[in-house]
Amino acid sequence: MQKTMNLVLHVWRQANSESAGEFKRYEAKDVSEHSSFLEMLDQVNERLIEAGEEPIAFDHDCREGICGACGMVINGQAHGPQKATTTCQLHMRQFDDGDELWLEPWRAQAFPVVKDLIVDRSAFDRIIQAGGYVSVRTGSAQDANMIPIPKPDADLAMDAAACIGCGACVAACPNAAAMLFTAAKANHLNLLPQGAPEADRRVRNMVAQMEAEGFGHCTNHFECMEACPKQIDVDFIARLNRQFLKAGLVARDRLASRGK
Amino acid sequence: MELISSAPTGPIETRWERHRFEMKLVNPANRRKYTVIVVGTGLAGASLAASLGEAGYKVKAFCYQDSARRAHSIAAQGGINAAKNYQNDGDSVYRLFYDTVKGGDFRSRESNVYRLAEVSSDIIDQCVAQGVPFAREYGGLLANRSFGGAQVSRTFYARGQTGQQLLLGAYQALQRQVSLGTVELHERTEMLELILVDGRARGIVVRDMVTGEVSSELADVVVLCTGGYGNVFFLSTNAKGCNVTATWRAHRKGALFANPCYTQIHPTCIPVSGEAQSKLTLMSESLRNDGRVWVPKDKDDVGKDPSSIAEAQRDYYLERLYPSFGNLVPRDIASRRAKDMCDEGRGVGPEVGGQRRGVYLDFADAIERLGKSVVAERYGNLFEMYQRITGDDPYDTPMRIYPAIHYTMGGLWVDYNLMSNIDGLFVGGEANFSDHGANRLGASALMQGLADGYFVLPYTIANYLARASKSEVKSSTPEVKEAVKSVKKRMKQLLEIGGTKSPDWFHRRLGHLMWDNCGMARSRAGLERALEEIPKLRAQFWKDLRVTGSGSELNQVLERAGRVADFLELGELMCRDALHREESCGGHFREEHQTEEGEAKRDDERFAYVAAWQYTGSESEPVLHKEALQFEYVKPTQRSYK
Repeated sequence: MQKTMNLVLHVWRQANSESAGEFKRYEAKDVSEHSSFLEMLDQVNERLIEAGEEPIAFDHDCREGICGACGMVINGQAHGPQKATTTCQLHMRQFDDGDELWLEPWRAQAFPVVKDLIVDRSAFDRIIQAGGYVSVRTGSAQDANMIPIPKPDADLAMDAAACIGCGACVAACPNAAAMLFTAAKANHLNLLPQGAPEADRRVRNMVAQMEAEGFGHCTNHFECMEACPKQIDVDFIARLNRQFLKAGLVARDRLASRGK
Repeated sequence: MELISSAPTGPIETRWERHRFEMKLVNPANRRKYTVIVVGTGLAGASLAASLGEAGYKVKAFCYQDSARRAHSIAAQGGINAAKNYQNDGDSVYRLFYDTVKGGDFRSRESNVYRLAEVSSDIIDQCVAQGVPFAREYGGLLANRSFGGAQVSRTFYARGQTGQQLLLGAYQALQRQVSLGTVELHERTEMLELILVDGRARGIVVRDMVTGEVSSELADVVVLCTGGYGNVFFLSTNAKGCNVTATWRAHRKGALFANPCYTQIHPTCIPVSGEAQSKLTLMSESLRNDGRVWVPKDKDDVGKDPSSIAEAQRDYYLERLYPSFGNLVPRDIASRRAKDMCDEGRGVGPEVGGQRRGVYLDFADAIERLGKSVVAERYGNLFEMYQRITGDDPYDTPMRIYPAIHYTMGGLWVDYNLMSNIDGLFVGGEANFSDHGANRLGASALMQGLADGYFVLPYTIANYLARASKSEVKSSTPEVKEAVKSVKKRMKQLLEIGGTKSPDWFHRRLGHLMWDNCGMARSRAGLERALEEIPKLRAQFWKDLRVTGSGSELNQVLERAGRVADFLELGELMCRDALHREESCGGHFREEHQTEEGEAKRDDERFAYVAAWQYTGSESEPVLHKEALQFEYVKPTQRSYK
């Protein structure tokens, strides 16, 4: 027999980026413990539509924890109470009958609210545009096995590359910093020989863009790693800081900085 | 209408090379004069938009997600095939070609498949150069694993997130072009209509999903890389936003829809747990490399704790029925056998809808043979995902799996150049029908998406542009104005029905009809029933739908309503196609057409063709056109994986 539960939700409702928002109270009834958190919201929304009210808008897509579209702050925690879990992978067995939940969008100056629980995360795309790539044209690659890469390096690059760009790190940070995201993206490429030629340039440009977007500074709270559904390690931030320092020194060396 | 594939003839090994030489080129200085619209930013769309941008064309790319990086290619777990033969185990371009034609149950075009196998190696090179962190061995070289339907190890992978890593490679190349100004990227923008001027595809009508503004976007050529239509079943492994609207709108404008009934059921998904379920989650097929599939021999054991069922009381049915391929039989066979076991009453797990729908996938042997750490390295993230969803730990107790809709081999008909029958409308990736026949082999979707985007379409689109006459269209051109008007009218209609039921209410019902009658097994009676029921449901939709809010704002109910409306038309075409194909092949299994052993029974005499359907109106029957398939190299035989 499946366990079912009733919950009270206080959901942030905001019509668009211009208008003021407020919490509204809803009841979620007869929710199965096997339902996912978003399925619980689906049920609430279905009842709202039936009643002719506007459903709660939230971003979501793959619902298997990899696309990075979903995310909301649940009782003060980005992606909710379960460690290493996106909102879509959170299941109701993590909650109890009678629980009262407060649902908010990611809060950050660089992530303006679009509607209800949906925010604009295009700042992340612009950080990638600033240097989060390897400049290689289609068709110009050599054989894939020409450059052996030590397995530990490849594995570490993969650890960084696991970032899904959801923005929970920003939402969890008291300063709304995007250091974990930027560090993960830059280190994924910097760790590989293919990314090395552009490493200095990449680090300087991505950090500059991150600051231009209005993200705050990192003061080592490490809340980002706690909230990260892919558990990206804060040591990548330390590495980014070192790379940034080195890139800055290189930039002052007139000969070495030619062409960078 | 005669379907001309434009596939080259002569020795298959040199067809693509000769075709490339014969194609026209666009001078680098002239490329910026051409605008290309690419809809969708998954593997095919992102790789194409980036490649065209690099080449110097003006590109406009569109996606419905908030970032191009989120297209559903990202969810592919297992890997990507390539005929590198790095393992020295007998692989070759020809073998990959052979396996793919055979795996597709002899319903694909040989020339296309050979080209796919041929460019597969270049894809791996390209991705590694972009910084895709594929798995490596201690010597620093790339690692491979084997996958269903193949006896060689040719699959490259990046933990359980190969799709994400490949897509990030393409997405980063795309964003580089955005920063260089060659690609204009429109996120949260949905294509709602195709614009034809003088019979040629010249643009699309889009809706800005934040402001609700409807506008036209114009170009010299339009490419749809908009993915598959598995969400017609409501429950599938697709992302919730995946839809058929782009290709269906093109179909309504004259593009032929080919083999819509060829849908793939993936054997290793997490079973349905209840009525509120919104999607199904796939566990990579690579799990079948080390996991063993079984059900209890005795029906009375199905409710027992699996650890209490003795080895002798377990039926490892895939190993029993298919000794040489065992647990690695192709997807369609693994799926159907799982269904058979459950229909016999030997399924496991909770009862949903009166039946236990699940079989065990057991890692106990693998953990004993390899150790827990090796198993964790290979499948750790999949095990964690399984545990998050079900609450069970697969290191201790076997996983429960059941088949689910995963991929659609059908799609818009395209010729060898990947151009549809509409002049100037190209289709790439899952959205076209081209390479997988009636069944796709594992780790081949990523390969096809990137083959189309990096290495096929950039050539064939250039060839098209070099030959096409240059003419200007403007937003004031009558055909453009008319298309914009029709989209606005349709949205107004949806908003004004004023009924009582949500889009999902209709979608779930359509999904049930499709799964019961056009799912893993199909029969004349079931299909005929669905063909009666779907038009009724559609009529009810247009009478009793309720869309809240307005069109001039972010409105997710309106977005869904438009998509469900198109699924309600597509579902009928799928059933019609499945009904007309009086044979079983690949993912299309007609109960009336099976061998004594219950395997799919093809009818090559009557059905060795591509069924391409022409739209004639929402209430009139579509017209069938046939492209005959010739097999010069791989002679059709009954597939055997025994």
